[in-house]
Amino acid sequence: MNSKNRRLRSASILQALTPIFVLLLTMANAPGAIAQVDTFEFESPQQQQRFRKLSNEFRCPMCQNTNLTGSTGGVAEDLRREIHRMITEGMSDTEIEQFMFERYGDFIFYRPRLRAETILLWFGPPVFLLIGGFVALGISRRARRAGEENTELDDKQQARLKDLLGSKL
Amino acid sequence: MSKLKYYIPVISFFALALVLWRGLYLDPKELPSMLIDKPMPPFALTTVAGSEVANEDLPDQIFLLNVWGSYCLPCLIEHPTLMRLSEEGDIPVVGVNYRDRQDLAVDWLEDNGNPFAFSILDEDGRFGIDLGVYGAPETYLVDENGVIRFRHVSVLDESVWEEEFVPAIAELRGESFGNE
Repeated sequence: MNSKNRRLRSASILQALTPIFVLLLTMANAPGAIAQVDTFEFESPQQQQRFRKLSNEFRCPMCQNTNLTGSTGGVAEDLRREIHRMITEGMSDTEIEQFMFERYGDFIFYRPRLRAETILLWFGPPVFLLIGGFVALGISRRARRAGEENTELDDKQQARLKDLLGSKL
Repeated sequence: MSKLKYYIPVISFFALALVLWRGLYLDPKELPSMLIDKPMPPFALTTVAGSEVANEDLPDQIFLLNVWGSYCLPCLIEHPTLMRLSEEGDIPVVGVNYRDRQDLAVDWLEDNGNPFAFSILDEDGRFGIDLGVYGAPETYLVDENGVIRFRHVSVLDESVWEEEFVPAIAELRGESFGNE
């Protein structure tokens, strides 16, 4: 009876977890498996590696929120072809990034470059966190100082307190 | 002075709220073009009609560069506006036939009418990449020196024409008039 119960319980836990496993598996496969149907030939595995890295890091300008690898959009197909061409022509990653930037701007990067226009994007959150931290620190310091101060009532105050509370008691 | 301190959170709240509120109405599909105030990228291609075309064949006055394709349904929506502009003849319209097939492009122009002085045939989308195109329709405003001055993404209908292009063109014409 007891062991049957336990078996039942573990079965239902498994059942509950199955969708999560499936989701994790799909996510693990996602970047390569979704969309890319074109095939490219490279001279070396390193070149192929670079191609994969670059097309994972560039954002598709048409189907937003997808990288070039995962997008079936026409422009993504063209950009993958261009990346392949530039790699086989011996251009460096920085040159390829510059090529993309000149045409599609910061939007093309999932990690935007550090420039005057993107400085708020990069440092805004930590700066706000710091400000918040200082404010919190100030408040807690003031509270502690207030706690350390003498809070005892003198005789006059004590008498007034008794007077105020007296009517309620 | 010390009272002012208590307004700081309120003021920063409203400032942030305003920024985020504005953000709600931005169109994330409309990316700024990197080519504004840059010259037209160099090209040597053929037209849809089959003749050779390069930068020096572009009009030497302010013109529209319209990116289109026979597969592109929104292009049919803006087509009447382009036809009207072409008939009025005030501003030349040059086409970029983007990621299309020449025979389909020819058929499309025959079926719907041809508003373009000529259409640059960009079958593999390579010229489109140099322009920063990410999907038809897009329309660029190019000045008489071949410098790109404005871009509109998606349909160019009469209201977009009135609200965006007319002022932009008036400004450009005012500029070149002032220079003379």
